[in-house]
Amino acid sequence: MAVAGNTLLHVEHLTMRFGGLVAVDDLSFDVNEGEITALIGPNGAGKTTVFNCITGFYHPSEGRLGLRHGDAAAWDMLDALTDSGARYRSQRGGTLFLLERMPDYLITHQARVARTFQNIRLFPGMTVLENLLVAQHNRLMRASGYTLFGILGLSSYGAAERAAIDKARAWLERVGLLDRADDPAGELPYGAQRRLEIARAMCTDPVLLCLDEPAAGLNPRESAELNELLLSIRADRGTSVLLIEHDMSVVMEISDHVIVLDYGVKIADGPPRAVRDDAKVIAAYLGVADEEEVAEVEAEVG
Amino acid sequence: MSASGDRAGEQPRAPRGPAGPIPAARAIDRLASSVREAAITAALAFGLFLPLIGFETVTNMRNEVTLKTRWPLLFAITAAVAIGRLAYMLTLGPALGRRRLRAAPAPSAWRARAGGLFVPFAIALVVLYPALVIVLNGSSGALKWIDNFGIQILIYVMLGWGLNIVVGLAGLLDLGYVAFYAVGAYSYALLAKTFGLAFWILLPLAGILASFWGILLGFPVLRLRGDYLAIVTLAFGEIIRIVLVNWVDLTNGYAGIGGIPRPTFFGIPFNAGDDGFAAVFGLEFSPLHRTIFLYYIILALALLTAYVTVRLRRLPVGRAWEALREDEIACRSLGINTTNTKLTAFAMGAMFAGFAGSFFAARQGFISPESFTFIESATILSIVVLGGMGSQIGVAIAAVIMIGGTEIMRELDFLKDIFGQTFDPTQYRMLFFGLAMVVIMVVRPRGLISRREPSVFLRERKTISADLVKEGRG
Repeated sequence: MAVAGNTLLHVEHLTMRFGGLVAVDDLSFDVNEGEITALIGPNGAGKTTVFNCITGFYHPSEGRLGLRHGDAAAWDMLDALTDSGARYRSQRGGTLFLLERMPDYLITHQARVARTFQNIRLFPGMTVLENLLVAQHNRLMRASGYTLFGILGLSSYGAAERAAIDKARAWLERVGLLDRADDPAGELPYGAQRRLEIARAMCTDPVLLCLDEPAAGLNPRESAELNELLLSIRADRGTSVLLIEHDMSVVMEISDHVIVLDYGVKIADGPPRAVRDDAKVIAAYLGVADEEEVAEVEAEVG
Repeated sequence: MSASGDRAGEQPRAPRGPAGPIPAARAIDRLASSVREAAITAALAFGLFLPLIGFETVTNMRNEVTLKTRWPLLFAITAAVAIGRLAYMLTLGPALGRRRLRAAPAPSAWRARAGGLFVPFAIALVVLYPALVIVLNGSSGALKWIDNFGIQILIYVMLGWGLNIVVGLAGLLDLGYVAFYAVGAYSYALLAKTFGLAFWILLPLAGILASFWGILLGFPVLRLRGDYLAIVTLAFGEIIRIVLVNWVDLTNGYAGIGGIPRPTFFGIPFNAGDDGFAAVFGLEFSPLHRTIFLYYIILALALLTAYVTVRLRRLPVGRAWEALREDEIACRSLGINTTNTKLTAFAMGAMFAGFAGSFFAARQGFISPESFTFIESATILSIVVLGGMGSQIGVAIAAVIMIGGTEIMRELDFLKDIFGQTFDPTQYRMLFFGLAMVVIMVVRPRGLISRREPSVFLRERKTISADLVKEGRG
């Protein structure tokens, strides 16, 4: 099966079962490079489960999750890689990863997929700056000679740490938290914690940023700021974004592509405008049983 | 919603009605409630001490066990408890309550400056300690003060700092830390006796062996958290001790290993012979030389531990440990290999215990499994918890209070003049230990120094309040 060239993440037949419960059922979709893709659906539709499968926190019961770095021709290796049993394969400036075979930390470290959490998970007792340095752990670890040179105080680590701090400073400036750099993260207001979590994820240099309800609990002004931030991340760095969101103002305004899940099954997939008018989506959201009633409801709502 | 709930809980209302109009009535009220409280406490104390103090079993001349009653003592103790409680309720209790309501005052500039001078001053004091003691006590009295106090406390400071890496930084509750201390001690004893290797070669070797066992323990407990982790580490400590007891061919069981070679001064032994330290340096022989030498070895080892820990905290691995304590799932989402991070914490902590263990064996010249019981793990852990998890200075202060305090009970001979010649203060050491723990935990629930110093800063270093810092759940 050919995968389109600009596809970044290719999800095929993803199924996740918890005992008898099928949380995600035979889900396939693509995330295109440089686009903002929204994953929406009513509560309990399995959106976060999909995220957990992509980022390695769950190992899917079935399915294939391919992720490409570099050259689009890498997708030609998909079947060969699947048969080989390896986690990834490189050729001519392109690398293909099979995420379902990788543990969570390698998905961030090697495949460069970063994520945030629905209920914010910062390190509350560490400062804002420390939070951003922890995100650059692997690069700093290498620079410190896996601690050995660092203990001896060799200068190569000092330079790497300064670079890491400069990078953190740049992100703090961008999310408007530079003044709070030396405050503990747990003391920040809620909206600032959300922005910090995104900045922290971006400090891992991801190719795909997965955001689990980034606008939850934000007021309209903060939501608008979030939209700007996400658009600027995409514009400046070409980072693709996959987000779960309930706030339709965020979804409809910034996403290029919307996927709708209901009871673990994909019910719609397309540009935001088309999805918004889809009868099945309306039925899923309004909880109406069949299509005739949808027409009635639509007529009532206008 | 929760904030308003908290506030309601914090402000105790006046017992009855609005404050002010009839102070006499309020005073009587308070007195009555205090008396009631004291009576309840007395009843509790009576019930508790009735079997413990009220009765005594005595073996008489014909080897029969007879029961003796000690009513006066029982009533005296109960009365003392009741009066103590009453006094607390009337004086100290309300004052503590008022203090809790006040916001914590911002640390003044004076205190900050004194805090900055504390560490150099403390290091200077411990470096000059032997000289100070010799001046004050003469060379015959100094031996006890350097050995029983100086060396003993420094061993526990070092163990506390080592365990601090595992418990305080990485947030992994380890109840079997003494196992690594034992591995270090037996490594030194066996290798030195069997192969005749020198202390300075075996010291790093003991550290490496202990950290190897630390990693070995780390693997099975990687998936465990909190209480479960604590239980498995506790079991590990006991396994090591029981192996030492039962593997008689290797360890000589309960009888222990004696005649362990003592460290030499770069090849010069500390004895009265012609090639001994005293003869070579033209001094009069004194056992004090060796003790002072040992004191500086353990001081150097403890300072090494502190230095390495301070550096590690500023390196990525140290930050990863603290991040692990704060939120393990977030760590995984940032590409941190939590398995390796936990194992390095166990290995590092165990390595310092191994150093301390080999020093212990070299100092004692004799080791047996008796020295590595669970109570040692508990002592070291309580030093870390009382000092404030993660705080090096706090751990050092706690070790001085807990170990120095219990040792000093041996010295309080003047108490015999008060309580009679049969009174032995040494027997109350554990009581003191427990009391000190309770007092510290009441006054400072998160340890002596509970604030966290950030490892890096952009503009200014701000300490982080203990309320925000997580304790770790394994």
